Amino acid sequence: MADKKATRESYGAALAELGEKYDFLVLDADLAAATKTGMFKKKFPERFFDCGIAEGNMMSVAAGIAATGKNVFASTFAMFAAGRAFEQVRNSIGYPHLNVKIGATHAGITVGEDGATHQCNEDIALMRTIPGMVVISPADADEAYAAVEASLNHYGPVYMRFGRFAVPNLTSELKNYKFEIGKGVLYREGKDVSIVANGYMVHLAVEAAEMLAAEGIDAEVINIHTVKPLDTELIVASARKTGAVVTAEEHSVIGGLGSAVCDALSENCPVPVIKVGVNDEFGRSGKVPELLEIYGLTAKNIYEKAKLAISKK
Amino acid sequence: MDILEKKTLERLANNVRISIVESVYSAGCGHPGGSLSIADVITYLYFKEMNVDPKNPKMESRDRFVLSKGHTAPALYAVLAERGFFEKEELKTLRKTESRLQGHPDMKGIPGVDMSTGSLGLGISAACGMALSAKVYGADNRVYTIVGDGESEEGQVWEAAMFAAHYKLDNLVLVLDWNGLQIDGPVAEVMNPTPHDEKFRAFGWHVISIDAHNFDEIEAAFAEARTVKGKPTAIIIKSVKGKGVSYMENACEWHGQAPKEDLYKVAMEDLGKIAESLK
Repeated sequence: MADKKATRESYGAALAELGEKYDFLVLDADLAAATKTGMFKKKFPERFFDCGIAEGNMMSVAAGIAATGKNVFASTFAMFAAGRAFEQVRNSIGYPHLNVKIGATHAGITVGEDGATHQCNEDIALMRTIPGMVVISPADADEAYAAVEASLNHYGPVYMRFGRFAVPNLTSELKNYKFEIGKGVLYREGKDVSIVANGYMVHLAVEAAEMLAAEGIDAEVINIHTVKPLDTELIVASARKTGAVVTAEEHSVIGGLGSAVCDALSENCPVPVIKVGVNDEFGRSGKVPELLEIYGLTAKNIYEKAKLAISKK
Repeated sequence: MDILEKKTLERLANNVRISIVESVYSAGCGHPGGSLSIADVITYLYFKEMNVDPKNPKMESRDRFVLSKGHTAPALYAVLAERGFFEKEELKTLRKTESRLQGHPDMKGIPGVDMSTGSLGLGISAACGMALSAKVYGADNRVYTIVGDGESEEGQVWEAAMFAAHYKLDNLVLVLDWNGLQIDGPVAEVMNPTPHDEKFRAFGWHVISIDAHNFDEIEAAFAEARTVKGKPTAIIIKSVKGKGVSYMENACEWHGQAPKEDLYKVAMEDLGKIAESLK
């Protein structure tokens, strides 16, 4: 079994290590210990600036730094980066297409005990409506690290989503893995149903595919780490082959990966799509494994929805 | 300031006012009142205070300007054209579909615009980011931003005020346009943000209060700001909204509408008389 590590840990480690190779500033809003930008702060205190609990200001400050031609990361929880500061991200960063990297941690239901106010299930939906914004939800620690480096080599705004909860590092076991913004990763080839997942749900999609295989159902598993720009080519080709799709994301089923996949397929290859994600409801406090069960973010649910999708062919 | 220089600045500011009225009239909409109130200070910034080069608008060492009260874009466009960043003729395309002169400043398309603004409260923060970047990377350029008095009702203005003082951004100068009016009425009645001087001082800023339409005072204030170390400076300019156009002066309804032909002519006559008096 692969090692387990939270993607936010990898984000902090990436900033601290890549800070040697790349010139950038890091902003945080009093959450450096939690977002793990504290790892960068410790190593490069002269390049780290705490903005205090004022996320809107932080995003516009980041835009101002970027407007002077310097690289900058802005970090806080997803709820505040995409939610509270949506308008600053849209108008200060998105509209002028400034080179700001947003590292948003504690996304989704796996925040756990803090409950609904901090469990942001809407960030992908919000961010992908901003023209020119790249939206990335890495599956695990290695992919999170690769995403941070890729973002440094990409000019323009990038929203990266990281989780609080440890997740198996499947990327480390993939052969010839290469992270490329906008390119999905094929985890497993199959012909009966396509499971398109990202973030925390990728390892569960792989598990679901194994459950299906035990019953002779051959599932294809694709990791769409970049929700925008979407790898439409890979998704459509898979849907064309299998004729049924299940999407899986740790996000609302409204506006996230599932919606993006439906947008792509409805125009290019209309096949049944069943979305696994948080339904139209708020989260709640609880232990993460219990919450994942309650909200249906499980391999078993993906497995069941895959069979449902196949039945609709 | 010697009399000749003052007269030159007053003439330029009047030209800027004429351009504001012409462009808003041509657009058939826009925000003349708050554009006219800052015409003098923005003229001073672009002709006297800031290190800018119209032939090289992206010059790295330039001073930066952020119009936080972005709806008064007509004033910014007018002064940029007056300074030679683009042809004055283009001002008549303001707000039109084929024009790069967007209703609110767009840094991507317009030469000389350093930051896209329009949503109130955001520009001041961006100016803080520019000033911080200059400090971190050892650049000696200065950053200027104009914030509206109504705009100061936005909480983000005070988040930014805290940030600028915390990081000792003495290369940042904020001009607060205290014209006393906003869309729904007098600022003091809608949601009173005063006293600005005491508030900025309490936030750790150096504060200077001046008459917005007196170039001697404007010059002295910016000169004083350059001597301040370890804290940002706020210059509160007591202005007349709609300054220079008789019927727009201190009239709330001219915050956000364009004059029709008859009133456009009156405005041009008013500003023409000022131009005559400055000959």
